[in-house]
This record gives sequence, structure tokens and C-alpha cells, in this order.
Amino acid sequence: MDSTLQLHNLKKYYATQKAVDDISFDIKQGDIFGLLGPNGAGKTTLLRMITGIFYPDSGSITFDGRNFDPENDIIKIGYMPEERGLYKKMKIGEQALYLAQLKGLSKADAMQKIKFWFKRLEMESWWNKKVEDLSKGMSQKLQFVTTVLHEPKLIILDEPFSGLDPVNANLIKDEIYGLAKRGSTVIFSTHRMEQVEEICDHIVLVNLGKKILDGTVADVKQQFKENKFSIKLVGTPTNIEDAAYEVLNQKENEFIMKINEGYRSNDVLLHFINQGINIESFNEMLPSLNDIFIQLVDGTKSVTRAFQNLS
Amino acid sequence: MNKIWIIAQREFLSRVQKKTFLLTTILLPIVIFGLYGLIIYFSVKSSENYTVAIADNANVFGGKIDSKDDIKFVFVKDESLSLLKEKIAKKELDGYVWVPEGFKPAKGDTISVVSGKTVGLMNREEIQKRINDALENQRLLSSLQITKKQLDSLQKGNEIKFSTTEGKEENDTKVGISYGVGYASGFMIYIILFIYGTMVMRGVMEEKTNRIAEVIISSVKPFQLMMGKITGIGAVGLVQFIIWVALTVTLRFILPLFVPSMRETANVMNHGATEALQTVKQSGALNNLMTGLSEINFPLIIGCFIFYFLGGYLLYSSLFAAVGSAVNEDPQDAQSLTLPITMPIIFGIVIMSSAINNPTSNLAIFGSLFPLTSPIVMMARIPFGVPNTVPYWQLILSMLLLIGGFISTTWISAKIYRVAILMYGKKPTWKEMWKWAWRKN
Repeated sequence: MDSTLQLHNLKKYYATQKAVDDISFDIKQGDIFGLLGPNGAGKTTLLRMITGIFYPDSGSITFDGRNFDPENDIIKIGYMPEERGLYKKMKIGEQALYLAQLKGLSKADAMQKIKFWFKRLEMESWWNKKVEDLSKGMSQKLQFVTTVLHEPKLIILDEPFSGLDPVNANLIKDEIYGLAKRGSTVIFSTHRMEQVEEICDHIVLVNLGKKILDGTVADVKQQFKENKFSIKLVGTPTNIEDAAYEVLNQKENEFIMKINEGYRSNDVLLHFINQGINIESFNEMLPSLNDIFIQLVDGTKSVTRAFQNLS
Repeated sequence: MNKIWIIAQREFLSRVQKKTFLLTTILLPIVIFGLYGLIIYFSVKSSENYTVAIADNANVFGGKIDSKDDIKFVFVKDESLSLLKEKIAKKELDGYVWVPEGFKPAKGDTISVVSGKTVGLMNREEIQKRINDALENQRLLSSLQITKKQLDSLQKGNEIKFSTTEGKEENDTKVGISYGVGYASGFMIYIILFIYGTMVMRGVMEEKTNRIAEVIISSVKPFQLMMGKITGIGAVGLVQFIIWVALTVTLRFILPLFVPSMRETANVMNHGATEALQTVKQSGALNNLMTGLSEINFPLIIGCFIFYFLGGYLLYSSLFAAVGSAVNEDPQDAQSLTLPITMPIIFGIVIMSSAINNPTSNLAIFGSLFPLTSPIVMMARIPFGVPNTVPYWQLILSMLLLIGGFISTTWISAKIYRVAILMYGKKPTWKEMWKWAWRKN
């Protein structure tokens, strides 16, 4: 699989700060890629460089195997910025057509695609409505449509789910999967880690203009795992303590424990099985991206979350 | 380039298809014209016949006075003041003139016209004119033994023609009309720059207010967006302006031709527009007017008007666009930022009022070369004659400078626009905006 996008040592400095300070990473085609980071980390500046709105002070961008050429490549990119609005007084169908034409689609082509997407997302009846007459969720759907209408190779979504109710959020999520399956590459920028865990293959975490994490979701979690496990037993064992593990938390029959160095899961399981106790469930508790995020961004590595989600 | 066209189309259609466009474009001149016409009509029109009795106890009128149309004079003898007052009360008379026995017109004594109601302005003037004419006639007859008519023929002036050293004759009417046309053109450009400049500014704010700037900029370059807006809005302005001019011409000139009673009102209205047109007397003056008009190079004036209209618009609209992009949704911010831009426009009008009286002064020349004022000032000078008043080199230089002017303002504004359109937050200072103009990509 080719890389759709490669960033090489991008830098963008402003008078007051280094917004992007030497960032490089690769995005493979068909990936759903998560760009994470706290506010002010440089995400937006980075995205604007990828979309050709800003020019980097140094470094380069390779798009689709060639040097990034903003003027021509922009047609292959769909960008949904965080600050996204629509012309309030314009009718929806008209507006979708206008935005599509700006992306280089012919009128006929655009109409066809708009009809397709409107039908797909159940927006047909709003064709002649003005944007100001729509609810927020409805306009978000419209924004999504205008972003993907021209079948871009690279789709960049900045906080796409903000303001969406669960039904619509799900709808969009499915669309994102579908697009990725059909060969588009998706960059997803968000704070909402649960979504990232769910959707993204690959993530990059930036903070203060620098890249501090780069890998697949699975790899990252492995990197930060703390050997924590949760085990649910049937009945209460008599012999709880063992050398193999350290109990961190206990709630009735449920234990959260940390397996000590040199021991493995089977040691823990055997400890209980040998006592004749049935094991209802046994899971590794990988750190959530949320925690990893906080950990890295806060700069303290030693925090162990004692109170995890038990359900 | 294609994208600029798409944007311009959208800007044009979205404005032209609104109901308010039709309303302001078509109704406004009709309404203004109608109101104006009504006002003049009512102040001019004498409502009823006006009968004034003259009790000439000193026989200064000799029984003769112009009594026609709506105002009639009746000489009465042996009617007392009280009787006359009674007649007024009974509405048999509208007014009277009581000339006492010892009245001496030669000494400049005052005559009183007493009426039942206040006399309207136009009637007042007419009454004064007729009384004075009658008295003057009497004075002439008694002291010089000639009639007014004879006096007038003696006083008639010889025709004095003006011509330049190049042998070109300068018709009086022509100069008068040049004055009028020049003033009108300059003023029109002034208004155009103001109205459409601010329209561009508000148009540019649309992307910021709707928070769609970044979405658009991800598809087109900021320069394309700016030029698309300027072109589209300019086209709206052009269409609107043409419709206004066409309507005004139709109403002003063609209507009075069909409605004779309106000719008078039409003439009265022209009084306000050009003092010079007063030199055109009502009778048989049409010929004079025509020759005067034919000596003015209308194709040149129209051609130059179009050029300066476009040049001035492009120059100022890009400045307005830069300001519009820097403003954050609050229209009051816009007011203070637009001040430095509106100043040169006003300056232009000021220079124009001097240039129109002195088309060859240094100030006039400066004003018509300086790109920020040339659209207004040069347009005011051109009707006076090219190359008589405005040498070819001045015209060409002025045009070149204007072209250079709008290219520079567009370039600077594009730089400011590109940075400002994505910025939300505090209003930028002039210093900041200036820095953006010179910042490299």
C-alpha cells in the first residue's frame, strides 16, 4: 500500500511560538488516521499546511508520490475544518452545487453526486431549504456531504462529530468506514479518544508543535500498558494474596490487579483455579488513549489509574 | 480564473435574485422622482385664479397692467378700503393694491399687496414682476417717452463669441453644458464609489460572519475569492446603475414631452441641477441647446466615464475588501477602518468643485492625475474639451496612473485579505495590517 501523504520535517514558526516544530509522519492509503493533541498543539496549523492554506516555513509534503502542489492537488482533498459554517441565506442544493463547482466538478457531475449523497443521508426533502432553517445536526450532515462529494483521495475531518446526536454520529461513522474501504484516506482530528480508539488504525499525538506519539492504536496501547488485569470470580476466594500479582482494587468479586514481573496471566488464573474457584471473566486492561493522552501531555509518567471503568 | 468566474456568478446571482434588488433598483428612482416632482409641482402650481384689484389713486399704472393666465388685475375706481376688504372677505377678490394719491414710483416708494390669504412664492414673484413691469413702462413713457419694448431693443446686447487661439469656437451653451455634464459625471462616480465600495466590504464580511472562510479557502486561493467578490458585486452595481440611468432619463426627458404642463416643472427641476442651463432661454432655445450639445464629444465622455468608473471601482473596492476582511463581524469596527479610505474620495469631490470652475488650474491637474482622486476630478474636466482643456498627455498619463493604482491596491489588499480572512478575534491595527501586506507567503 502506498503512502498517500508524507510529511517531512515540517516547520511553521510564528513570532510568538513554534506552532509546528519539525513534524514528520506517513499516512498509508486507505488508513483512518487520528491526529490528536490538546488545544494549541499545532494540529490546525498542520492541517492547514496539508490543505495548502498555509505554507510551511521549511520541510516538505509529498502527496500521492509527488511534491505537494496546492493548486492542483486541492481537488483531491476534502477538508472539513473545525470552524465550519455555511452561507446561511443560501439554499442547500444550490450551496452544495456551488461548493462542488469550486472543487472543480462540472455542474452536471456535481448535481449527480449531490443527488446521490442527499438520498443516501436522507436529505432529499431539504433541497430548497435555506441553511438557517436547518437544525445543527442537519447542517453538519450537509457539511459532511460537501466535504466528500468530489470523491477526494484524502479526507480531513476536524472534530466531525461535534454537535451530532448518536444516530447521526453513527451514520457519519459508517460513512467514514465506507469511504476508507473504497480507498480514500481519512485524517481524523479530535479530542474524543473513545472515537479514536473505535475508528482509527493509526494515530499521531502532537503537543507544543512536536510529535510525541506515532503508531497504531494497538501498538500504542501495548507501549503504555501497565500489566493491569481485571478478573471476576464466582464466589469469594479465601486466599487472595499471591506473589504473582498485586491487588489494586477490589469490589465484591471483582479485582483489579497488576501482574508482577516474572509472572504471567496463567499464574494468576491457576492461583484461583487451584482453589476451585470459577472464573467468570478475565481481561487485560489496556490503558485508554484518554489516559495515555493525559499522561503524556501532563508529562507525568507514573500515574496509575486505580479507578477504571468496571462495567 | 475559472474559479473567479464561478464565485463572481454566485455573488451576482445571489444579490440580483433577491426581491430587495428589484425594489431598490426600479422603485427607488420612481419614488424619488415622483416625490420630487410632486413637491415641485405643488410649489409651482397656482391653485386657483387670482384676482387682484388695483385702486390706482395716483394713476401710476395708466390703466395698463399685464393681466393674463391665472393672475388677473382689475382696476377699480371709487371703492373704499373697507369695501375692498369686504370683497376679499366675501371671496369676490383675492387681494388688492391700494395706491395712495401721493405715490411716486420714481422715488422708489413701496407698494403693498394686501390679500386674504398668504400669497404663494410663485404667485408672489409673478405679481411682483407684472406690477414692476407696468410701473417701469409708465416711468419710461412719462420721462423718456419710449415704451418698454423700444427700451428693450436698445438694450439688447450684441452676440459675443468666444474662441480659442486654435480657432475653435466655444459656444456659450456648450461651456454651460460642459459645466453641468462635468459636475454630474464627477458626482456620479463619487456616489458609485461610496455605494458599491461599501457593498464590497459587506460582501467580504459574509465569509467571516458565516464562518465559511476556511472551507472556501481550502478550495480556492484567497486572491480568487477576493476578485470573484469584487467582480460579482461590481457587476451588480453596473446593472443597477444602468437601470437607474435608463429610468431617470426616461422619466425626466421623455415624460415632459408627452405632458406639456409638466414642461414647466421639468424646467424648474433642471434649475437645481445646473445653473448654467439658465442661460438657455425658454423660447427658441432648443436650437442653441442642440448645437451646444453637438459640440461636446459625447462618445469620448462616455468612453472615459466607463474607464474611470471601472478603474475607480477596482481601486477602491479592493481597499474596501481588505478592510472588510479584517473586521470581525461587528459592523462598528468597520466604520472606523473605512475612514482612511473614504477620505480620498471626499477629497476628490472637494478638488472637483474647484476644478469645475477652473479646469486648467494646477490643483485640477493634480487631482486628475492622482489615482485616488482622478476618477472624480478627471471626469469633471473632460467635458470641457479634449484636447482644449485636457491635453492628450494628461489624459493618457492619468489613465496609466489609474491602472497602476488599482493594480497596486489589489496586490496589497490581496495580501491583507489572505491573512485577515482566517483570523477571528481582536480587530487588527493598521500597523498589523501593513505588516501582512509585506509578508511573504
